[in-house]
Amino acid sequence: MTTGPSILELQSVSKHFGGLSVVHDLGFAVRCASRTAIIGPNGAGKTTVFNLICGLYPLDAGRIMFNGNDISAVPSRRRISLGIARSFQNVRLMPHLTALENVMVGQHSRFSGLSGILQPINLLPNNRWRAEARAALADAGLAFCESAMIASLPYGVQKRVELVRAVMARPRLLLLDEPAAGLNSAESEALQQLLDRICGDTALTLLIIEHDMHFVGTLCDHVIVLDFGSKVAEGTMTEVRKDPLVQQIYLGTVAKECSHAARCA
Amino acid sequence: MSGYLEGVLVLLAVNVVFAYGAFLPLAAGQLNLGLAGFAAIGAYAAAYASNSWALAPTLAIVVGGLIAGVVALAVAVPVLRTRGIYLALATFALGQIVQATILNLEIVGGAAGYPVASFIRLPTIAVFALVIALIVATLFATRFGIAVRAVHDDEIAADLLGVHVRSVQVAAFTMGSVVAGIGGGLYAHHFSFIEAQNFNIALSITVVLYVLLGGTQSVLGPLVGAAVFTLLPELLRGSQNWRYVIFAAALIVLMALRPQGLVTRVQLRRLLAMNPQPRGAAA
Repeated sequence: MTTGPSILELQSVSKHFGGLSVVHDLGFAVRCASRTAIIGPNGAGKTTVFNLICGLYPLDAGRIMFNGNDISAVPSRRRISLGIARSFQNVRLMPHLTALENVMVGQHSRFSGLSGILQPINLLPNNRWRAEARAALADAGLAFCESAMIASLPYGVQKRVELVRAVMARPRLLLLDEPAAGLNSAESEALQQLLDRICGDTALTLLIIEHDMHFVGTLCDHVIVLDFGSKVAEGTMTEVRKDPLVQQIYLGTVAKECSHAARCA
Repeated sequence: MSGYLEGVLVLLAVNVVFAYGAFLPLAAGQLNLGLAGFAAIGAYAAAYASNSWALAPTLAIVVGGLIAGVVALAVAVPVLRTRGIYLALATFALGQIVQATILNLEIVGGAAGYPVASFIRLPTIAVFALVIALIVATLFATRFGIAVRAVHDDEIAADLLGVHVRSVQVAAFTMGSVVAGIGGGLYAHHFSFIEAQNFNIALSITVVLYVLLGGTQSVLGPLVGAAVFTLLPELLRGSQNWRYVIFAAALIVLMALRPQGLVTRVQLRRLLAMNPQPRGAAA
């Protein structure tokens, strides 16, 4: 599964906060157009890895290659125009904007200059950017909420709006931080369908942090297991499941996993 | 029109201009307590331009606003490095520096104040207020408007979406200062005399109050806030000196009941029925 060109590669990446080493000498590659999951116990450094990839924190050591270029020194703001977009563990939509306006913020990386920033997107109802954002929401089955303020929408809907916003940047790599967390099974399924649709018609690569193993199992073709900021295993879901170390630190024994699966069924 | 009514309406129009000056940075999440300083720069620069260069008052007022904007742009980069309460204090200090500088600037009269030769009346001031309100409303209907709100709501998420947070903040701060400077120029040319005390911290705080109580979510907020809080004290004039007590009590009640301001976006949508199609069942 590790063959084929990689779109993202972390090389000996380390990050510590004060005396606490959160990511230690971490290296992995994400294959182009794959759906890769990062799993591991809480505190393993998964979200920190995301924050390093999108440039929220500077690296202490190592480098991050994207599409063959070293992006370690590229400021966070510019990484989305290179093709890296993300969602957040707790939805980070703008509460004082409508769903449609939030989605239009997602287009921000696709223009430049004064004429771009002065586009009258809320003045003319048929503005090109506005029409595109409305179509994207409608396509995701979210047309009903386009003029609703974010705070008035259910959590599951907010998660899907955030996903639509991230996709508006036309990314090549989409980082999703616990997309299914806090969703009921119907909402989780709606999200998964939306992800399938998004990935279906583009060569989008997904990198997902998720604790819901059912979600990971159905969506992802490659799994990376982190513990204490290092990679402890990597492979398909089936391979990783069999790894005794992964069972010990995260997944639990086969018996527990079976009973969990039975509960979910 | 009676002199009293004209006086109240001039005050209203000038306050609306000041309110938009405070609104622009507030909409981007910055509390600018140096507004009076930029109003002073605009007032003195405009007065000097019409007195010494014999510029037409309207032109002098625009020039004064632009000079206030240039000063704002120069100080924005260091000042906007600070956040929250520190930004408020830094801008407050900035206002004090401007005031103290004027007191020592003999070319514009220093502590004795500065008379302004040319005079403008209500129509000119009202047109300025209207045009500024329209420009701000148009600006907020562009992508810049949602970028400003995005920065206000979540700087980190905005940055990761490609918004140049610092530029948006500097632009909002600078444009707000241009507007405040224009307000100062209008004030100077109507009242024909300015002194440093006209532009003290009380002005900054009052104007910020207009905007916060009117609401920062919509471009109508500053207009409503300035109108209510200019006209309310006048309506209470019958109650002699108690009007200040009643006014202050009304402020506190309002802050308790509507901390988000008088005008909110949710309320506007309901009012304008901008969402006529029935809401589908939540998916």
